[in-house]
Amino acid sequence: MALDPALEPLVERVRAAAAAGAQLAIRGGGTKDFYGEAVAGEPFDVSGFSGISSYEPTELVVTARCGTPLAELEAALAAQGQCLPFEPPRFASASGARGTVGGTVGGMVAAGLAGPSRAAMGSVRDYVLGATLLNGRAEVLTFGGQVMKNVAGYDVSRLLAGSMGILGVILEVSLKVLPIAPATATLRFEMDEAEALDQLAAWGRQALPLNASAWWDGTLVLRLRGAYAAVDAAIARLGGELIEPSFAGTFWQGLRDHQDEYFAAAHAAIGASAGHAAPCALWRLSVAPTAPPLGLSGEQLIEWGGAQRWLCTTTPAAQVREAAARAGGHATLFAAAVKTPGVFAPLKAPLDRIHRELKKAFDPAGVFNPGRLYPGL
Amino acid sequence: MNAPSDPEARAVDEAERARRQAEVVAELSTHLPAHALLWQREDTVPYECDGLTAYRELPLAVALPETEEQVAAVLAACHRLNVPVVARGAGTGLSGGALPHRLGVTLSLAKFNRILKIDPFARTAVVQSGVRNLAISEAAAPAGLYYAPDPSSQIACTIGGNVAENSGGVHCLKYGLTLHNVLRVRGFTVEGEAVEFGAEALDAAGLDLLAVVIGSEGMLAVVTEVTVRLTPKPALARCIMASFDDVRQAGDAVAAVIAAGIIPAGLEMMDKPMTAAVEDFVHAGYDLDAAAILLCESDGTPEEVEEEIGRMTAVLRQAGATRLQVSESEAQRLTFWSGRKNAFPASGRISPDYMCMDSTIPRKRLADILIAIAGMERKYGLRCCNVFHAGDGNLHPLILFDANDPDQLRRAELFGADILETSVQLGGTVTGEHGVGVEKLASMCVQFSPEEREQMFALKRAFDPKGLLNPGKVIPTLHRCAEYGKMHVRRGVLPFADIPRF
Repeated sequence: MALDPALEPLVERVRAAAAAGAQLAIRGGGTKDFYGEAVAGEPFDVSGFSGISSYEPTELVVTARCGTPLAELEAALAAQGQCLPFEPPRFASASGARGTVGGTVGGMVAAGLAGPSRAAMGSVRDYVLGATLLNGRAEVLTFGGQVMKNVAGYDVSRLLAGSMGILGVILEVSLKVLPIAPATATLRFEMDEAEALDQLAAWGRQALPLNASAWWDGTLVLRLRGAYAAVDAAIARLGGELIEPSFAGTFWQGLRDHQDEYFAAAHAAIGASAGHAAPCALWRLSVAPTAPPLGLSGEQLIEWGGAQRWLCTTTPAAQVREAAARAGGHATLFAAAVKTPGVFAPLKAPLDRIHRELKKAFDPAGVFNPGRLYPGL
Repeated sequence: MNAPSDPEARAVDEAERARRQAEVVAELSTHLPAHALLWQREDTVPYECDGLTAYRELPLAVALPETEEQVAAVLAACHRLNVPVVARGAGTGLSGGALPHRLGVTLSLAKFNRILKIDPFARTAVVQSGVRNLAISEAAAPAGLYYAPDPSSQIACTIGGNVAENSGGVHCLKYGLTLHNVLRVRGFTVEGEAVEFGAEALDAAGLDLLAVVIGSEGMLAVVTEVTVRLTPKPALARCIMASFDDVRQAGDAVAAVIAAGIIPAGLEMMDKPMTAAVEDFVHAGYDLDAAAILLCESDGTPEEVEEEIGRMTAVLRQAGATRLQVSESEAQRLTFWSGRKNAFPASGRISPDYMCMDSTIPRKRLADILIAIAGMERKYGLRCCNVFHAGDGNLHPLILFDANDPDQLRRAELFGADILETSVQLGGTVTGEHGVGVEKLASMCVQFSPEEREQMFALKRAFDPKGLLNPGKVIPTLHRCAEYGKMHVRRGVLPFADIPRF
């Protein structure tokens, strides 16, 4: 099949880079430049490969090119009463210019980040049905498809979610989408950390329409989402203080996009302590949801029913990573002035070897995003 | 058609094979108790095939390790001797994924059958890979929880096999596939080194290797332990049975349900021949005059179910349902499902043999594929019944034939390949949930380009440099595709789009 003419310059650039031993730093909206390790290579802007290629609301599938602004995609879905159920965060662009605020589809998949509804609704990779990849041999390859069930060959498209661009350029993705639930309500409870974690686990066992949770500073907030009848019944059963919908909506959106009070304070603390001997850093601890309070000093925000714990702290990296490992998970240095401890938790021997071999399998010349996920990868 | 092993393995003569067998048996017997190593022909015959009985092969030996140390030792020994390893669960797979290798060892995980932990608060279960799918839900039931993916073979199939195939079931539109319900697997690399993919947390550091290990048909690692997510049991489930006198209308009704913003717990379709076959088998009172029957299920709290059943009923009626029945009791709901769940045995009653296809198509092409299949029935002179996971587009045509007649077997295989290729042309895939195994190797040439297949081989080498884990399955070689001689079809794009085909 003839190559899409719009792809030719991208393919050529990769072919030339591979031949010359050059490196490329893939860039879409540039809103997640802060995330991951420092990347080497010439900037490789792929935001021009943009647009929704197909959208079939009754198939629950949308296919979009990598440069498609997230805002454009979400608006197209909302017009049909559908959504991305995993609520990918939309970060502000560093420059704040050129209408790229909010990120692109390619960046969303490459970063693999999900918002408040993650524990209930799944992650980016859970919704990836297929992808077209430009690999390090300048080949355009398609894996998966546009159907819900597909086990033909290895599931390469889902491997791309969270790959930070090290395997190639994610040119196009097909995503499963879902209808926007008819009813939403937010409840607020006063409780301490341990009590909140216990309560979340107890509620989680019941068939309740729990969609998101957030605990911070003695307050637990719960979002219910589903059929009217289910949400109404849950409100009656759970008690708590019902929060006014528009206020609640602003809160959840701020949390999703890391623009609420907690994240604003964390970023201010990082800025203020830059250059200090023990600078402040924002950690994302992904742990077993039932792990008890971690007992680390700093400001903490708990999401995902206990499975995601944000921590703004000056505690040394080794201690944070050890606590996360004890809690059945790992810690990511999400935002910091200095990233010397390594952004992502180190891999054990067999996994580290498989990562290096996979990189070679997709990008033998090491063209794409060198070092963005792990040094040397 | 699909030769069970690669030509290289075929080329090795019996004397050389016997030498290799003696070598591997001698080596493995130092790591396994005598009862855990089978190599006499009468002992290995029960392992010669899986649920796809058309292909059979005897392995050099069958290892039945009882501990992880033994699994590691078997893998390390085979790796040293360059002997292929085929992992095996219950052997219920339908695509020959567990077909033995002529020069390989079959590694049965049957003795890894313990449920290690049910954690009601974390809503997880940690089980060994040989635990049966249904046994997990049974063990979780006292906590009010269950394991959601429910392949039809759930009484017998193992969770390890489900991981290998990324198995689905009748509820996966709402509750997801194996992939969406597994948090972590523990296992061993081809070299025999312990490895974990995923975590007790919702994500793990680095690339999402769990996503690629699930569905890799035993070609990337051997899994011994699985942590699954459990789901709170819905308080109530009710099912609507709707009749349509036209398959196109039934297909449109499915789209209309989704368009109305409803995600049913289950959405299944049977065509008229299938309905007749299952009615004769289960006597559930199915509408024998209907061209197609839809089963549409809602689950949740009683309030939620009432609301949803109301909306579904309105949509189905609007879409032209000629008869609508809503289950009034759990017994009646199970009766509605009994026919659908027994589609395969019912087909076995009306025909000496049947071949089950497993392609997925975009839902909107349902009527197109059914009409195409009707044309193929005439072309190949064989009957075909159709059941369909309508909610997620996964079609199971059951081609009826008599294997004692070699020409019928040949025609059935051509019929099957034709369905798969037509599915790819309609924008679908050759396998939705049964896996490629050996059965659909040739059809993979149609779905993927040479570069895409080579990328998959490269991915495999990253896990298994020597290519010893379940070799010869899933990804066809260039040579094989050249022999098959069918061109690669771009998904949804016909090579000559303007030629009428059905």
